Amino acid sequence: MIEALQPPPKKDPLVRTRNAVLPPRDRSRAAMKMAASAARGEFQLQTCGSCQALVYPPRDACPKCLGNDLPFKPVTNTGRLIAESTVQTTTDTYFRERTPWRMGTVLLDGPQPVPLTVHLHDEVGEAPCAVKLRAFLDKTANVVLMAMPPETSQLTEDDPQLRELTATPKHRRVLVTDVRNPVGRAVVDAVLKAGATMVFAGNATPWLPFEGEQTLIDTDKVHLIPLDITDDNAVRVQAGEIGAKCDIVINTADHVREGGILSRHGLTTSHDEFEVNVFGLQRLAQYFGPIMINRGADGINSAAAFVDVLSVYALSNWRQYGAHSASAAARHSLLQCLRGELNAGGVRVLSVFTGPVDDDWHQPLPPPKMAPAAVAKAIVTALNEGIEETWAGDIARDVLAKFHDSPKALERELTL
Amino acid sequence: MSRFIQRARRGYEDVAVTVPVTIPCQRYSIDTAHWWIARALRELTRTAGISHTELDGLSVSSFTLAPDTAVGLTQHLGITPRWLDHIPMGGASGVVALRRAARAVQAGDADVIACVAGDTNHVDSFRRLLSSFSRFAQDASYPYGFGGPNASFALLTDYYMREYGARAEDFGKICVAQRHNALQFPHAVMKKPLTLEQYCTARPIADPLRLFDCVMPVAGAEAFLVMSEDNARAMNLKYARVAATIERHNAYPDDPIQMRGGWAMDIDQLWSQSGHSPGDMNLLQTYDDYPVICMMQFEDLGFCEKGAAADFVNSHEFTIEGDLPHNTSGGQLSAGQAGAGGGYLGLVEALRQVTGQALGNQVENAQRALVSGFGMINYDRGLCSAATVLEGA
Repeated sequence: MIEALQPPPKKDPLVRTRNAVLPPRDRSRAAMKMAASAARGEFQLQTCGSCQALVYPPRDACPKCLGNDLPFKPVTNTGRLIAESTVQTTTDTYFRERTPWRMGTVLLDGPQPVPLTVHLHDEVGEAPCAVKLRAFLDKTANVVLMAMPPETSQLTEDDPQLRELTATPKHRRVLVTDVRNPVGRAVVDAVLKAGATMVFAGNATPWLPFEGEQTLIDTDKVHLIPLDITDDNAVRVQAGEIGAKCDIVINTADHVREGGILSRHGLTTSHDEFEVNVFGLQRLAQYFGPIMINRGADGINSAAAFVDVLSVYALSNWRQYGAHSASAAARHSLLQCLRGELNAGGVRVLSVFTGPVDDDWHQPLPPPKMAPAAVAKAIVTALNEGIEETWAGDIARDVLAKFHDSPKALERELTL
Repeated sequence: MSRFIQRARRGYEDVAVTVPVTIPCQRYSIDTAHWWIARALRELTRTAGISHTELDGLSVSSFTLAPDTAVGLTQHLGITPRWLDHIPMGGASGVVALRRAARAVQAGDADVIACVAGDTNHVDSFRRLLSSFSRFAQDASYPYGFGGPNASFALLTDYYMREYGARAEDFGKICVAQRHNALQFPHAVMKKPLTLEQYCTARPIADPLRLFDCVMPVAGAEAFLVMSEDNARAMNLKYARVAATIERHNAYPDDPIQMRGGWAMDIDQLWSQSGHSPGDMNLLQTYDDYPVICMMQFEDLGFCEKGAAADFVNSHEFTIEGDLPHNTSGGQLSAGQAGAGGGYLGLVEALRQVTGQALGNQVENAQRALVSGFGMINYDRGLCSAATVLEGA
């Protein structure tokens, strides 16, 4: 039913680049809470805390018992498509540029057949038929539901409506900002496997050889580029050179050193950490971000996502790496800001939180540590599924769970 | 159904519905809802031979008055009512305004009530109206292709066709008959004949809906007066009586998809209160934002069994000359949808017909009319439904 997505033709410099316009943005606060679970890639609906009724669209009170306790909880994600339409005309500019647009009504399986209006994947057959439901964030970072085929195929990810909700690397060009670290090198491999057509591999110190450098040089589709994100001019020059070809930016740079405040002498190391982790991120965003916004709807290889890999101790300070945790917290905060700013072009900001990575700078730590390939895999999953916040690995998930349970208790566990 | 003590519905004795007013619509207007409503009120009071300052009751329906409500209109238009209503029920507004006003007159809360609905239609106002129509629409229906009501009714139509085997031609017959009626109605926005073939091959809008399944948004206003029969006679006005009314909101909330409206809950009471049956009606005005809703009304109002509307359509002629004149001014599909005015269109036309004042062709011996209203697709279905039986006095 779906035609395989063809690689985009070479860009015609005489053709005006289409502005990114966005689908309708306004949502209720209850719908924003639903987006919180979709941001983690989960399909959750409100379930009444008093009478267990399933509630949709998001409400502030239960229509069965008027209870106000309506938490979002995982629910069955299978249902039945009972009616469908293909919208051919609309007054909304975003959809007008993308019609025909297939949508439908799905009844959720289970004792309470709640009707859901959904996007319809092209591999879903004609109504009535069984579907699987997924929650995604759309170009405005609001939650939307999509009815997917019960069985996926090789071409599932090529569905044009689904591709609007993801940032899949297939047919896209990727900048990996730092390939001197093992995470960066693993990411290069992973995005190429995921169908990226070209990878710009950043190297802050090209005069110093590094492990795996020759492999990168020998890899077709990989271009090693000098990129020192602590150097304002260097970032500006690179953005001018390759900015319009970076459909996905993955910031793998991270300056990690052990130590907190009293365990260090002076601020030199902290300066270095902030220069890379915080100001480096800002520089990248300042020079590459505006170009990405302008290319947010530029066809099959439109600018799609800015990914940042950061420590889960952004949530709560881990004294042993206390200064680094502070830089991660600043980074987390900046990503929230950037998420809003890049939304102007429908460009997604994806945060991938990890525990300590199994690299030289975490060498003395006991396991579990994140294998670089596992981080890379989490990044590709985040891109393929448009997941806004990924908690990669056991430690990241453990810290998140404890943070949700009691931030103050977590603070004590990590610092005392 | 209810555990409460039920009192019989009281009749609408001594209530007169009079002075049907339709202001000719425009596709686009540079004027405001205030302007359109004022025109209707001026026509209403001029015809009745009174000053607008004498109105002691006012009921307003409009989507485009913001930031004003009926309250602001009183000062804007210089009316000092002792009874004021604002009815935001879209296509059910006309019947609901009537039944509220009738009770107020009966109880002596007001003597002469102007019921008016009007909206403007700026070049971009339909899109703006849709973007902020309802919270559920914002959260859960418009982000899915932004088809607006076209998409919502496309889903209902798709399901209805699968469930009951209705065909495009069956819906088309309704639309074609209405266009025939509209050609004889001077204020209709559509002026060209429509054939079944044109209907079936028109531009697709939201499958399975095509162009002539959808109403044309216009600017316009509709109005009527409600007063005591004494007053109507004293003013020498032709009037109709209200035989019965019903109203219902958010009916059958657990139905997975809307295949019946609130009428089905109350229809027995409508007919028993009116003392009539569907066969006694000389004409029928259904709310026709999309033909599938007309079908649903034929069923829920007792003209045929659930699912049998396609057969019903094929065994009747809905033109003014036909055996069951239906939407005799063309309905919204051919006369145009003037926002909330669309919710008055059928009622005002029925009032003209049963008082012998049709602007187009008069239905012969039109004594009794059933008027039905339907409104407000909040998420996936229309929430408001209402109906009334009018009788010429």
